[in-house]
Amino acid sequence: MAVARSELGSPGRQALRMFLRNRAAVFGLVLLSGIVLMTLFGSFFYDQDPTRIMARPLQGPGEDGAPAFGTDYLGRDVLAGVVNGGSTSLTVALVAVFLVVVIGVTIGALAGYYGGWIDTLLMRFTEVFQVLPALLFAMVIVALFEPSTRTVAIAIGLASWPGTARLTRAEFLRLKNLEFVKAARAIGASDFRIIWRVIFPNALPPLIVSITLIMGAAILFESGLAFLGLSDPNAQSWGQMIGLNRQTFLNGWWTVTFPGLAIFSTVLSFSLIGDGLQDAFNPKLRGR
Amino acid sequence: MKQIAARIAWSVGLILAVIVMCFSLVHLAPGDAALVIAGDSGAGDPELIEEIREDLGLDDSYLIQLSRYVGDVASGDLGTSYRFNESVTSLIGDRIWPTILLVTTALLFAIVIGVLVGVFTARRPESPVSHGVTVFSLVGYSMPVFWTGYLLIITFASNVRWFPVAGMRDVRLEGNRLEEWLDIAHHLVLPALTLGLIYLAQYSRLSRASMLEVLQSDYVRTARAKGLAERKVVYKHALRNAVIPVITIAGLQFGALLSGALLVETVFNWPGLGRLAADSVFQRDAPVLLGVLICSAALVVVINILTDVVYRMIDPRIRVGGST
Repeated sequence: MAVARSELGSPGRQALRMFLRNRAAVFGLVLLSGIVLMTLFGSFFYDQDPTRIMARPLQGPGEDGAPAFGTDYLGRDVLAGVVNGGSTSLTVALVAVFLVVVIGVTIGALAGYYGGWIDTLLMRFTEVFQVLPALLFAMVIVALFEPSTRTVAIAIGLASWPGTARLTRAEFLRLKNLEFVKAARAIGASDFRIIWRVIFPNALPPLIVSITLIMGAAILFESGLAFLGLSDPNAQSWGQMIGLNRQTFLNGWWTVTFPGLAIFSTVLSFSLIGDGLQDAFNPKLRGR
Repeated sequence: MKQIAARIAWSVGLILAVIVMCFSLVHLAPGDAALVIAGDSGAGDPELIEEIREDLGLDDSYLIQLSRYVGDVASGDLGTSYRFNESVTSLIGDRIWPTILLVTTALLFAIVIGVLVGVFTARRPESPVSHGVTVFSLVGYSMPVFWTGYLLIITFASNVRWFPVAGMRDVRLEGNRLEEWLDIAHHLVLPALTLGLIYLAQYSRLSRASMLEVLQSDYVRTARAKGLAERKVVYKHALRNAVIPVITIAGLQFGALLSGALLVETVFNWPGLGRLAADSVFQRDAPVLLGVLICSAALVVVINILTDVVYRMIDPRIRVGGST
């Protein structure tokens, strides 16, 4: 056993190796890095102001004097919008996912570990959030409060945590009666220590996979809200670009196609990475 | 049966909790309903504002307002829209059917085609089509649904004019019942396809996975050993079990489906609940928003119970209360 272990490396190492051997997953990672780099540094290389009216409205790509991705209904540069629009989406998604993890993991861990009435109470509470259609719920929150980037992130977080809570709970239920947990309890570890130091690290693999996928879902979520007009009007984002060109897209396919392509690529990269992680942590399920 | 009765009882409590939470959310929000109703012209008139506050009982305490609202909802009254000055219940009553039509069409399309694709590819797991399903499921999941809608409109309603760009019926049409239905069906194709594609992508992958598992199980081996035709083994014995996860997930995802419908309705100008909510957002029409939220939650709860019933019917193991 010891020999086999040292040959293969730690489970984490093995998973990493599996992940890097998965071409689709590596493609996802490269794609995501590209998008993040474009969002961070793209405006240095393509320093057009996305809010400035720079040419005639609705000029197609390739038309005389038009920028590479054409101009929108006001005559703004679509490529500049694509380059700059990612920062809002990615920031919102990061904050929202952070909230999802904090709320979902805490509730799921407590419910799964303690069981009994605590479990019943917390899961009933979770169910209340789960029956509300997430986008509708978030939309109402943003509409009633204010359409700022912060409200949008909080709304997405509040609408998305139940899945994570359920997953965490299921993992805790599975793990809490295993021997290493009993051993920890036998040597007198506190509940707090058992939950966060003993069980939680072992529940991480499925959580990491799910968090990757939730990142993608949060990007879709943010773009949907922005598309409906529920985003900070001053923070340009891909979804917002599509929403603003809603009335005129039949005269300019490029105004919706390119921002949409940006959203699609970002979400796809997270899906590919999530899928690759799933295979890496769980080699038996490969290809399913 | 007993379990179903318990579920229904709990569901009533669940909806009550939803009502309390959503009402409190609206109550917490900044802004004054009276100002919204009075509108730009009336906002400067303190007497009018006072009158509206009196009318709606806005000066009562939170608990009194809440219990009044819960009582109203229980008797089927969801309040009056600020914007339309019309009963929210009747507004929702008009708009809920287009949404249900859209959502069920999309869901049926996704489940039926998805399961067929899943079964077909599970029998040939290494075929290119089978790998195509994996790719398609990732792509389908990652496309923003409103973008898919626009791409389909650009392709099938603008480049080739097979389908209408938006709406649910052609206002110029004057025909009999059948022609009206056909017209609606014609308008329904693109929105339902837009919404259905995401789920088709997921369900074909899911049913392939469960089919692969089922095909390796002992009872399928037994069925084969008895000398049953492969067709019969697959479609009669294996399919039933492969469908269960799809039904379960479809039931669980119903809320997400409604969220998707909200976006699709906006893209196609489909006169459903989502469109009503999206239109009410900018007017801060709280009674309508609250009503749509509560009705959608109720719809989700009902679908969850139905899903429960359906898979009890498909899977006798759950029915007799055995381990699942």
